[in-house]
Amino acid sequence: MAKGKITPEFKILRDMEKCVSCQVCHRVCSNDAHLYDRETGVVTSEDSRCVGCHFCENLCPTGALGIRRNPSEIKLNALWSGRAVEDIARQSATGGVLLTGMGNDRPFPVYFDHLLLNASQVTNPSIDPLREPMELKTYLGGKPDRLEVKEGQTREKVLKSFLSSQIPLETPILFSAMSYGSISLNAVKSLAMAARESGTLWNTGEGGLHPDLYPFGPNLVVQVASGRFGVHKDYLEAGAAIEIKIGQGAKPGIGGHLPGEKVTEEISRTRMIPEGTDALSPAPHHDIYSIEDLKQLIYALKEAVRYRKPVGVKIAAVHNVAPIASGIVRAGADFVVIDGLRGGTGAAPRVIRDHVGIPIELAISVVDQRLREEGQRNRASLIAAGGFRNSADVVKAVALGADAVYVGTAALVALGCHVCQKCYTGKCNWGIATQDPYLTKRLNPQIGARRLVNLLRAWSLEIKEMLGGMGINALESLRGNREQLRAVGLGETDMRILGVKPAGEAW
Amino acid sequence: MNREGKAFSGEVIIRAITSLHERSNGLGGGFAGYGIYPDHKEDYAFHVLYETEESRKLTKPALEGNYQLIQEEPIPTRQIDAVQNPPLVWRYFLRPRLERRISSVESEEDFVVRTVMEINQKKEGVFVASSGKNMGIFKGVGYPEEIADFYRLEEYRGYLWTAHGRFPTNTPGWWGGAHPFGLLDWSVVHNGEISSYGTNRRYLKNFGYDCAFYTDTEVVTYLFDLLHRKHQMAFPLVANVLAAPLWDEIERMEDKEFYQFLRAVYGSALLNGPFAVIAAHNQAMVGLNDRIKLRPLVAAEWQENLYIASEESAIREVCPDPDRVWAPEAGEPVIGYLR
Amino acid sequence: MKKIFIHEEYCMNCRLCEVHCIVQNSKTRNIIKAYKGESPKPISRVLVEEQGYLSFALQCRHCEDAPCLDACITGAMHRDPDRGAVLADEERCVGCWMCIMVCPFGVISRNVEGKRVISKCNLCQGEEIPVCVKNCPNEAIVFEEEK
Repeated sequence: MAKGKITPEFKILRDMEKCVSCQVCHRVCSNDAHLYDRETGVVTSEDSRCVGCHFCENLCPTGALGIRRNPSEIKLNALWSGRAVEDIARQSATGGVLLTGMGNDRPFPVYFDHLLLNASQVTNPSIDPLREPMELKTYLGGKPDRLEVKEGQTREKVLKSFLSSQIPLETPILFSAMSYGSISLNAVKSLAMAARESGTLWNTGEGGLHPDLYPFGPNLVVQVASGRFGVHKDYLEAGAAIEIKIGQGAKPGIGGHLPGEKVTEEISRTRMIPEGTDALSPAPHHDIYSIEDLKQLIYALKEAVRYRKPVGVKIAAVHNVAPIASGIVRAGADFVVIDGLRGGTGAAPRVIRDHVGIPIELAISVVDQRLREEGQRNRASLIAAGGFRNSADVVKAVALGADAVYVGTAALVALGCHVCQKCYTGKCNWGIATQDPYLTKRLNPQIGARRLVNLLRAWSLEIKEMLGGMGINALESLRGNREQLRAVGLGETDMRILGVKPAGEAW
Repeated sequence: MNREGKAFSGEVIIRAITSLHERSNGLGGGFAGYGIYPDHKEDYAFHVLYETEESRKLTKPALEGNYQLIQEEPIPTRQIDAVQNPPLVWRYFLRPRLERRISSVESEEDFVVRTVMEINQKKEGVFVASSGKNMGIFKGVGYPEEIADFYRLEEYRGYLWTAHGRFPTNTPGWWGGAHPFGLLDWSVVHNGEISSYGTNRRYLKNFGYDCAFYTDTEVVTYLFDLLHRKHQMAFPLVANVLAAPLWDEIERMEDKEFYQFLRAVYGSALLNGPFAVIAAHNQAMVGLNDRIKLRPLVAAEWQENLYIASEESAIREVCPDPDRVWAPEAGEPVIGYLR
Repeated sequence: MKKIFIHEEYCMNCRLCEVHCIVQNSKTRNIIKAYKGESPKPISRVLVEEQGYLSFALQCRHCEDAPCLDACITGAMHRDPDRGAVLADEERCVGCWMCIMVCPFGVISRNVEGKRVISKCNLCQGEEIPVCVKNCPNEAIVFEEEK
């Protein structure tokens, strides 16, 4: 049979009136999608190599380039889309698992787009954030129900020990776990610097902690994942909190994956693994086969840092997320991170990313509800993750019950990412998801940090505007306040699970 | 309130609230009186509203099962044009059957709270307006002076009275939705709208308080019960939780760690949105504003009497020459203790 | 005085600095006309040096102790009192190429197609920020006071 030709996903449009053959595009494209012919002095394009990252389009000094989607030539078919056909073609050729990067791109419902916020009028004045105080401050960590001073303790000691177990945040938006390895050191530095400046946190992900980054410890959450990459005593002490990663939204049920192409010498040293080998984290933690094992690990880590840092657990949002979260809180976790269906990744099998897990909106609602029914909502902070695109998504998540929100994809987009989903190749033109020194140079951490600080600042200001509109001047009065949400276009069951009334219905 | 505990006629409060007629729209009015049942000081006085005779008959077993019925009778009322189709209003003097507690750890008050909530949740057409000792809440749909007329309030004498005229905005006027809202011997009257209602309500659920009445005043009442009675916080501290100082202000405080703790732990109890509340129980009366004072509240003293009202005119109506009149600061409580 | 400083760790070898230098020194200052219309095509005064993945933009350093100033036989090479930059007066240059011989950085070029005089960075006279700095997408060159 004739070998299948894969239709290019993108078409590079070059306006020849504008193209001056400056060769910038040819020089920068890591996929060699632009070619310079020395004889004719003309730059041409090889469409099949374009991944749609838009880096060349961004740099072209005359705006001559345009990247367009190239509709598949396969006959329109509601069931057999072009992608479905080509996936089979690829798999028959290679016999391999199809990989992908970033988050689920399939058209499952986005509940945030069905939720609307309230504004106060007449009966309750809205508050003007420019003229009145508007507080976004939050403390992460488990809280007691009341102040109890037991035998042998002093009030001062109890207060001090409480405050040291809490992490103050100036804004409820944190940077999600993205490992050094999946992203470049310059990208990680950008996140660390921005977190410090904005009074929030960043997360090591499964990558271990590079020596250059220890000074950013006070704003850091160190992750202990199933592969235990880079986990040693100093690592645990370095951060402000420890997060046990059981799962992530992009690939519930399987472990992290760093393709060998991206395991350079520095990565190898930071993660404590051999150079050039695929870093495949095991699916479960091999010392956590049940909830009591998790409890043991939580307390082992607490002992290791002498109870001076909060220890939390990150899970993917799956069908039984509510009882699982409840068990985690009972096992002593100070915070629980729920990563929903749209969570991103550096590399995952596409079929798992697209078909496993549930949306974060539903997950947060049911977990918050379950914890309150059991009277233990105060015992741990809830952090939601998975596809937050703007400040309205953040506000809606807090109203559904989250204490804070992790953003991953949004942060990378701030650094230039155009979500081309080719992170696993290690050829990211933006210098983000790569370890290639030619490419990592392209991300200047000074600029990166500046852009991230701007993003957090913009979103924080927008959140203040929305809060003021609702007649609220402190974030803690929004947490779990489902009365401020109304649903449009959702069915009865969805509304019941979210705990939200339909738009039009008053109190 | 007369801080020496000397009783005065209900007429005083009626006059005061009538002067604020323009602030309501006739869809709710109510009063709470303390010290009105001196002959039954030790018994719980339940004021219960029934939509039908049926619902009253159906509720009786629930009451008798949990309480020893000392006396039951309809609350004396008079028929007036302004109040059409009133529900049946009954009062009971009860003693809790402590053997019916779910555990020996459940206190008498918790028992009453639980059984009252059960009645409010589960019984159709029944609403327990107040459930305290030697006090009672009289409320309904109508202007406060009409309600007072209906309940023959001028015949009662007590040492502490609160009153409220409603201009409902979020829920339609109904007899149960009028203020004061009560539980045990708490009564709360409230002017404002609690934007944090959803958060407060879910927080209270953690502690077994079920909000069933679609009126935000409910959360204020339960929060007072939780913080003052169960967590044993003095009223100034309760005010610090309900109208918490700003984080910036806390940074500058001497006992900074304590206030950080308080706000971090009780963040979901913060009442956001404009409010002026007057809460009362047998031992005290407390007036409080939200932290940016978006509703009026005025206080005054004359000899042993303490007055708190939305407007000074209401105070001067019954006390023409007070010793001192002032407007409390945002978040600063006005407290009158029974001596 | 403000000078151009190099952060080679951020240079991605895109050579947009060269492109914009060409445009700045063209007659029309329009990129399409400069590249397609003008003949001879203007030359860039900044050049990106590269070796492996190391690259950086290099132009006249406007040295405090400039050998080219001493070497110039006509006085075409002179110092601008305002900005402290070393400028070349094209009218006076006779194309002896001595400055090219003595420049330790090799940043002077011969403009052979045009007037047969030298071509060198003049710190974009008339611009607030040199265009190479302004257009570098990654801030690999910056225009700052000397520290």
